[in-house]
Amino acid sequence: MTAPALCIDRRGVLAGTGALIVSYSSIGRALAQQAPESAPPAAPPPPPKLPGSLKDSPFLDSWIRVDADGGITVFTGKAELGQGIKTALLQIAAEQLDVKFEALKIVAADTSLTPNEGYTAGSHSMQDSGTAILHAAAQVRAILIAQAAQRLGLPPEQLSTAHGFVIAGDGRNLGYGELVGDQLLHAQAQPQSPLKDPSTFKVMGKPVQRVDIPVKVTGGKAYVQDFRPAGMVHARVVRPPSYGARLVGIDTSGVEKMPGVQKVLRDGNFLAVVAEREFQAVKAMRALAAAARWQETANLPNQADLASVIAGLPSQDITIVDNRQPSVNAAKRLEATYTRPYQSHGSIGPSCAVARAEDSGVTVWTHTQGVFPDRQAIAQMLKLPPEQVRCIQVEGSGCYGHNGADDAAADAALIARAVPGKPVRVQWMREQEHGWEPFGPAMVTKVSAALDDNGMIADWDYGVWSNTHSMRPGAAGALLAAQHMEEPFPVPAPKPIPMPEGGGDRNSIPIYRLPSARVISHFLPAMPLRVSALRSLGAYMNVFTIESFMDELAATSGADPVGFRLKHLDDKRARDVVTLAAARFGWPSFPKQPGCGRGFAFARYKNLAAYCAIAAEVAVEHETGRARLVRAVAAVDAGQVVNPDGLVNQVEGAIVQSASWTLYESVSFDDARITSIDWSSYPILRFDAVPDSIDVHIIDKPGLPFLGSGETGQGPVAAAIANAIADATGYRFRDLPLSKQRIKAAIGV
Amino acid sequence: MKLSINGREYDVGADAETPLLYVLRDELALNGAKFGCGLGQCGACTVMVDGEAVFSCVTPLLLLEGKKITTVEGLGTVDNPGPMQSAFIEEQAAQCGYCIAGVMMRAQALLQKNPDASDADIRSTLQPNLCRCGTHMRILRAVRRAADMMKSKQAASAADGSVR
Repeated sequence: MTAPALCIDRRGVLAGTGALIVSYSSIGRALAQQAPESAPPAAPPPPPKLPGSLKDSPFLDSWIRVDADGGITVFTGKAELGQGIKTALLQIAAEQLDVKFEALKIVAADTSLTPNEGYTAGSHSMQDSGTAILHAAAQVRAILIAQAAQRLGLPPEQLSTAHGFVIAGDGRNLGYGELVGDQLLHAQAQPQSPLKDPSTFKVMGKPVQRVDIPVKVTGGKAYVQDFRPAGMVHARVVRPPSYGARLVGIDTSGVEKMPGVQKVLRDGNFLAVVAEREFQAVKAMRALAAAARWQETANLPNQADLASVIAGLPSQDITIVDNRQPSVNAAKRLEATYTRPYQSHGSIGPSCAVARAEDSGVTVWTHTQGVFPDRQAIAQMLKLPPEQVRCIQVEGSGCYGHNGADDAAADAALIARAVPGKPVRVQWMREQEHGWEPFGPAMVTKVSAALDDNGMIADWDYGVWSNTHSMRPGAAGALLAAQHMEEPFPVPAPKPIPMPEGGGDRNSIPIYRLPSARVISHFLPAMPLRVSALRSLGAYMNVFTIESFMDELAATSGADPVGFRLKHLDDKRARDVVTLAAARFGWPSFPKQPGCGRGFAFARYKNLAAYCAIAAEVAVEHETGRARLVRAVAAVDAGQVVNPDGLVNQVEGAIVQSASWTLYESVSFDDARITSIDWSSYPILRFDAVPDSIDVHIIDKPGLPFLGSGETGQGPVAAAIANAIADATGYRFRDLPLSKQRIKAAIGV
Repeated sequence: MKLSINGREYDVGADAETPLLYVLRDELALNGAKFGCGLGQCGACTVMVDGEAVFSCVTPLLLLEGKKITTVEGLGTVDNPGPMQSAFIEEQAAQCGYCIAGVMMRAQALLQKNPDASDADIRSTLQPNLCRCGTHMRILRAVRRAADMMKSKQAASAADGSVR
């Protein structure tokens, strides 16, 4: 696995942005952008808003390159994380370009080659990159047709395309490669594109086998862990035993004499060892850890009292909804508090990176979610201009948000600088990933709502207490290595992610019809534990709360949970997924039996992405308190579906992963150290708890915008399980995880 | 020392205490077995030794002399995948895929010993292997499909034999 062998350097191509825009006169009416005639000469009109990531990278050849031999390459700034994005993007390009799916290549997330699309996060890839490639491919096809029309002396309307050729009615045809002259595709995208009619789709909307799976199941080079450039050496880092620990003494002489050891690196509190062979590095790491003396401070909060610690932290209060009515017809009022612990990404493969430092700069192969922000942070840490750092994304183990990937990349870069010319592979150990990854933040929510005489919600008052959900790099201080260096970079001040996407307050505004409502986000700048983005951010907790509380309100008003939701739901697409999930589950006819319950929940992710409704059946063992998700039925509307099986795979995964978070998971710590440092101290769902069945039903919306779906299931699953446990036991559990200890203590066997 | 891996003999230079995983990956460039925990808790490193599923991350070389080691590379290639691999491709039973080679090796060991393994057998056998993406339903379907493929293949070759 080497860097893709592409001869162009996009930075060079784009150096003259603006001056190189080609004339568009030949493209045809479908693409023509009418310039407003009344525009004052002094102030040129603002550029038209382009779809998806074309906004930031408007040149078509940033996305699609056609070579003279007819080879076509698609470029994306989004990274393959095992979510199948490469396959879906290729489907889009193949459809709109009219070429065979198998004929396309794709290059993803490389600071030297691809557009800068920030992070691969927030279920944005289809909306950002998918939309950009959809339009770019359609516009490229139109340009190729226009070019062929000129060559053949025919009007474009008389030309069609198939399998990479423009075809005339008289039998003449021209391959795409023959048509691309110099700079033909180095053209600015237009706001409108001649998109294909969805009813004619041959590739989009069809289940296509993922391009990355065959190599993964046959032991091919699929991951950064498998990358072995010539002369590579192996490094291990010795991390401090706890946050803020200072290295007060170490004698490295013994370690330096160990077999294979090439270098022991100390830079402040950053300690690492480089060895010829990997297991030599492991042994040297252990010896180095044993030789180090650290001074620790006991400043972690009391885990037994975590919820009051969190709710008691100083907060910046942001009112995100305030239309409370003074006179509310409140027949009944309910209040409840819900809590969530810190939770881990728990990647199966600990983070890994390979870096090589040369005079010209540093190259880092990393499973980061954001090559450009990671490059910026690493460049700042190494005091290099960003142009001298290249970050190339290579897949790692699934990350589900901001795990140790960026930190491992920084470790590799810092160590590589100490052994110039040698590729350095850094592999984190299990306890390092568990102990140092930035966790999904602990959260507290409080909700109070009133029901009127008709059993409708008359008033809603909601508060959420949370840290930030993104401490991702961009600044060097976000990286562990940079924090631990002799001259450390300060941890950047945490910032709330603003609505409508939100961070801790993501999905804190109910999608239901509420005549009187207030929602306050209590942003907590102090971060007792290291935190950042975990799949769905605050949506997991807010949807767990809102959808649990909807059931509490439904029960109080004597209403069926599904019917109660529908009574408060106006959005037709929302109603459709709720109705479909309930029908396919057999909601009305579910037989009541001891130890078994049904639960329902719904959300539209971020209130602007995919819709997801979940119906769940849960069994609760009376003797042990153990709850198991037996059956789940999901209905999802993600707009235009590109790869239906890929979408089903994502939602199935969300259901199982969220079930694991919800039933088992909690980061543990004492007054100084993280103590959940492996799979026995941080247990997750195993095969004995896998449901009997999961059914995912998709409502396709051909021609409508893509709605991000990678995270849409996380919140609804949690609440559906809690609601089913309440149905099975008669007890409402509001503190995550819904562990067997808690359930047993409540049902009191 | 000498190791027999996927039907080939290898001379390896690592110390006898070195866990098999590091030799497979670093010396022999066999990518199938993955480092997950180094503790035998997750199964990402699972290979077969004399037909048994084994955690290669905690199995030192000194225990392996004279034994037959099989990794996922021994089940087939990308151009000619074996039944277990074909089944995982057909069922699209991977997301990130990091755990999958280990899962396949444990399933392979089960089906070689018990071609008639029930769904319950498959679930209980896979208990040591973790998957974080939540691909479990597809994994179970893929192993069931692999079992069916292996049986029909066996039946076909038995039928061939009777004709001859």
